[in-house]
Formats: sequence, C-alpha cells, structure tokens
Amino acid sequence: MTSQTQNLSRSRGRAPLVTLSGALPWLICTLFLLLMPLIFTSNSALTIMNQMAITIVFALAYNMLLGQGGMLSFGHAVYMGMGGFMCVHLMNYVEDMSLPIPLPVLPIFGGLFGMGVALIVGSFSTRKAGTVFAMISLGVGELIAACSVIVVAFFGGEEGVSGDRTYGLPVFGIEFLHQIEVYYLTAFWLVLSALLMFLFSRTPIGRMANAVRDNPERAEFLGYSARWVRFYSFVASGFFAGIAGGLFAVNYEILTEENLNLATSGSILLVTFLGGVGFFFGPIIGAILFTLLQTVLSLQTEIWQLYLGVLFVATVMFFPGGLAGVIMMHALPMRLGKAGLLIKPYFKTLVPAVISMAGVAAVLEILYHIRHAALGENEMTLFWVSFDSHSPLPLILAVVAMVAGFWLARRGAPEMAEAWHKANTPDGGAV
Amino acid sequence: MDLILVNLIDGLVTGLLLFMLSAGLTLIFSMMGVLNFAHASFYMLGAYFAYQISMFLGFWMGLLIAPIVVGVLGALVERYGLRRVHQYGHVPELIFTFGLALLIEEIVQFIWGKDQMPYSIPEVLNFTALSIAGNAIPAYKVFMIFTSVAIFIALLYVLTRTRVGMIIQAALSYPRTVEALGHNVPLVFMGVFGVGTALAGVAGVIAGPVLSTFPGMALVLGSIVFVTIVIGGLGSLWGALVASLLIGWITTFAKAYNIRMEDILTGIGFEKPVDLSEHMLRDLWTITSPQIADILPYLLMVLILVFRPYGLFGKRDA
Repeated sequence: MTSQTQNLSRSRGRAPLVTLSGALPWLICTLFLLLMPLIFTSNSALTIMNQMAITIVFALAYNMLLGQGGMLSFGHAVYMGMGGFMCVHLMNYVEDMSLPIPLPVLPIFGGLFGMGVALIVGSFSTRKAGTVFAMISLGVGELIAACSVIVVAFFGGEEGVSGDRTYGLPVFGIEFLHQIEVYYLTAFWLVLSALLMFLFSRTPIGRMANAVRDNPERAEFLGYSARWVRFYSFVASGFFAGIAGGLFAVNYEILTEENLNLATSGSILLVTFLGGVGFFFGPIIGAILFTLLQTVLSLQTEIWQLYLGVLFVATVMFFPGGLAGVIMMHALPMRLGKAGLLIKPYFKTLVPAVISMAGVAAVLEILYHIRHAALGENEMTLFWVSFDSHSPLPLILAVVAMVAGFWLARRGAPEMAEAWHKANTPDGGAV
Repeated sequence: MDLILVNLIDGLVTGLLLFMLSAGLTLIFSMMGVLNFAHASFYMLGAYFAYQISMFLGFWMGLLIAPIVVGVLGALVERYGLRRVHQYGHVPELIFTFGLALLIEEIVQFIWGKDQMPYSIPEVLNFTALSIAGNAIPAYKVFMIFTSVAIFIALLYVLTRTRVGMIIQAALSYPRTVEALGHNVPLVFMGVFGVGTALAGVAGVIAGPVLSTFPGMALVLGSIVFVTIVIGGLGSLWGALVASLLIGWITTFAKAYNIRMEDILTGIGFEKPVDLSEHMLRDLWTITSPQIADILPYLLMVLILVFRPYGLFGKRDA
C-alpha cells in the first residue's frame, strides 16, 4: 500500500475507507464536469449538459431500486415530479413572501418532499417485490398523474406550475440568470448526490438490498426483514429522485403533468436498462447516451423512437447487462492481456453489421417517406445524399447493403466467437 | 329507473370488453408468472389489422382473420422472445414486454401514421336495437355483449370440459408432472399465450369502431387492464370477470350521475367557504364524479392493495 492511500485513509485495522484508486474516478469526473463548459461553450450544449446531469441523477436514483434492490418501478417519475412541483412552489413562495431560501439549497427540499411521498407509497408497495411491486408502482403512478389534472391548487392543471429562479437571494452575487451558473449548480448537485448514492450502496443497508434482491428468503433467515430493507431503498431512491426533480425545476422553471406520467417513468427505465443495471456507472452511461441520441437523432429522423424501441428490445433479449455489462465483459481479456486478439475479428464482424444496420435504417426511412410524406414531395435526404424516394434504385441499394452486410457479419461471427473464447482463457488451458 | 338500466348496459359493455383483455392476461400470468405488458398492444394490433382487412374483405372477415393473425404473432413472440428472456428471471421478462409495448406502438405509427383510422361499425349493425325511455341502445352494443359472452362461455367450456383444457389446467399447477406424463408443456404455454393475445385481438376488432382506432389506444386501456387483474387477484379468472364488471359499472355510473363533492361535504355538515379562489382545499370542493371517473379504478386498486393485497379472488400467496 502506498503512502498516499495511508494518508487518505483513516483505517483502524480495517480496509481503508478512502483509497486513491477508489477516489480517482470521482476526481476525474468532477474535473471533467468543471471543464466541460470550457470545451462546449454554446448555450445549446449547456442545455444538453444540464439535461444530461438531471437524467443521470434520476437514472442513478432509479437504479437504486432496479439494479440494487431488484424492484421494477413503472411509476418512478412521480417522486421526481413531486419534488419538482414542490420546488417550483417554493420558488414562487420565495418570490411572493421573500422566504430566505437561496436557490442552491432548493433541490434538498425537492428531495425531502420526494422522500415523503415515497414514505407513504412505500409503506404498502414494498411488501412484495417483483410483479406485484411493479403493478402497484404503475397504479400509483397513473393515479397521481391523473390527479394532477384535477388538483389544480398544487399541480396547476393542464398548463402546470411555473416559477422564476432569479427572484431568490443572490448567492455570492450570483443570481442564476445565465445558463452557465445553473450548469455549475446542477453539476454540484450531480456530484454530491452521485457520491451519496454510491456510498449508500456500500453501507450495510445497501448491501442487504443486494441480498434481498438475490434471495429474499435467505436474507430473512439471517434475521433481516426483506420488506424493511426494500422500504429503506425505496425511500432513499425517492429522496434522490426528488433532488433530480428539484434540479429540473431550477433548470426549466416549469413542471407539468408530463413530468409525472407513464411516458417519463418508462423512459427512465429505458435509460437505466440501456446503460446497464448491474454496475453503478451503468445508468450514467445510459443517461449520457440517451440524451445525446434524443437530441441528435430526433433532429435527423422522425422515426427515432422506433430505433430506440428496437435497440431497447434487442438489449433486453441479447445483452441483459446493458452497455455497462458489455464493457465489463472485456475486463477479463484486458486483465489477461489478450484484448488485442479481439480487435481483428471485431473489425471483421462489426463493420459489416453496422453497414447492415445502416441498410435497414435506409429501407425504413425510404418506406416511411413513401408512406407519410406530403403528396408530390418525392425528394428526400438520407446519409447526406438527396434522391427521389419513389425511384427503385435507392431502395435496391439499401436492401443490398442490408443483406450483404448481414451475410458478411454472419460469416465472421464464428471467428469472433472463437477469438472471444480464446481471449477469455488464461494461458495454460483450464480456467 | 330507466336511466339506471341504460347505464347498466353501458357498464356491461365496458366491463365485458375489459374482461376479454384481462381474461387472456390473467391466464398468461397464472401460467408463466409474468404480466404481459404488451397485452393491450395486441388489442391495438387487432383493431388495426381488422381495419386493414375490412377495407378489402369487409368487417366480418376482419373479425375472423385479425384475431388469428394477432394470435400467431403472440405465439411467435412467446416462442422467440419471451422464452429467451425467461432464463434471466421475471423482472427482465416484464421489462421485455414493456419494451415490446413501446415497439409495437412505434411500428403501428410507422405503418399507419399518427392519425385516427376511419374504422367504422358495419352497415348491418348500424341501427337502433331497442330504446329505453328515449335512450337508444345501438345494435352494435348488443352485438358486443353477445360476442363477449359467447367467447367467455366457449373459453370456460374449453378450459373445464375438454381434454386440452384439462392439460392446460394441469400444466398451470404442476408443469413438471405434466411434462413427465409426455405432454409438450412449452407448446401448451405457447398455445395459451397465442390464445390469450388472440382474445385481446378480438377485443380490439370489436372495440376499434366504437373507441376509435389510433396509436394511443393501447395506452388508454393498458393500465386499466392491469388494474383490473390486480383488483381481481392475479391469476384468477373469476376475479378478472368480477373486477372487469365492477370497473365497467363504477366508471359508467360515475360519469352518468353528476355527484358533486360540494353536496356530500355540506351534507356531512361542513360549511362551504365563501371565497374559494384562494382556499387550500378548493379543488376538493369543486370535484364532481364525472371528473374523477377515470381515476376511480386506480383508487380502488390502491385501496384493495392496502386492505386485501392479494386481490378480491386471489390466493394469499400469489
């Protein structure tokens, strides 16, 4: 053990609490977050990064349930939305009655409110895990989303509740007029809540959540109540979802029914699962990727949600570990120093696969254009080429690319499988 | 009195429609232990297929062919999708069906677009069957009632009186034993999944013309169907029937009679505040029953879950 780690740790005969290798990713990420606005200076980039940060907090909170506790929720948007609504109301109170609450601490109130709602709902929904829990979360989510149109006093009806973040007390002269100030506020809360969530997963209660996820009966035999363990995870998750809601309120200054409904709850499940539920950093990757896909793809194509749906179903069927799972699958070849073996087969299989997918996308786009474009509008642009969508040549080309790519990828697959097997076997035969 | 009768019939139509969906869903659940989130999507597919077929061959062929196509699709989904995901456990299965629901909605939008389809009631049934005190009951509603009841009786007959039904029932409780006796249990599962989705397809075919055929129709009915089988007790066919009818009648009556919270509260003895505009509970005072008709099923579900977690007819361990 190096002297640095010993300085950092306050160990009393146990493993050190804070090690350099443990703290390094956090420091790098924090530094990265601080430097990002210097690289991407445009306002739209800041908007995207804010959105990313909020999604990351929410996805991490969601993964406390799904990944660490094994509880599938179809109504988690409720806790984020409730926290957000509370924060907008607080913002308005600050404006109307000049309450001495500075803006940066607002998310904590959102968190507390989200936690309060989770306390109530969790008291009966965490009795069972699995399907029953999922159904209750769905029902409660729909109930609250439907209530939001009726209870106008709190939810503002159809048009939602809006506020203005700049009326609060200035903090060190900052009034949060500019996007960049909001960015640093969001980044601060992102790092803080991510760190807290990570530490939560390392506490005994976080460990017990894993045990209850894997084998509730055994955990009960050890003397832990599976129900209470689930309840604690649920409440903690509600707290962090509320923080995400508070950040949303600060960033967008408006909350509507859309923040509570099933579509939002479903998309956070999508984000988390695509990123990978098995690892702590999975949802982070998922949130970054999803936000990018959403902003970039939706500008390029009208049917991006179809691609997203295909990607999601394919992930569930073939890569249940998500993107993080795929990345971590390569940890063993890396450790064995055999990752180099994989490069060539990957190249030979994945390049045709990508071409094939581009072909499929082209076919879909052309068909969609033929079917849904305005009458007489035959011109379309795809992959930076403009052509007449009704002429057969582009369609034929796309089909050829699709079939040929698939055939080549199929041919390279056995080689890739063999290389994969080799790369995962240590020298000297048996594992 | 007459109005009550009309509402009873309306509620019965809604309830039976719900039951056609929830019957398949609850059967599939008791068999595989997984809730098919995409069940309502198959209902939507039924409506769209029937519309497409009715353009060429007329409504009746649509009623015949569309459910079969949907059932085959469902069986394929079970065989090549669900069975694969099954090895990962129940939660990934649920996520898979959720993804499937999203995907089907997107595919429907890809093929038919976002607009509502002009899928309408066939000419033969487009008349007033009977009228009760000036309230017309269209023949199509009567047709819906008879179709659903006929399907229910047929299902009950197959499940309880035929050899196939016996094997299915046995496979539900003791799959391993049934397998050891030489029956192909995975095939049974696939068949039940197919029949369940085909039932949803039938519901779609006959509900499409009245509830309108559009890409959001799965979402509108989907969560209510889940609520239904949770209230009825997961896996219980009778529970599904009772809960469907209960929900059908509750929502219909809540919409038909304008019961105001104001009257109830003043009836109990509360005094209505003079100025409501800034009052904290102003929404409570202005609530009317048609306004909350659509959330009553969810409310009922939460109450059931709090006081009777296994549903009306569910087994304690379910």
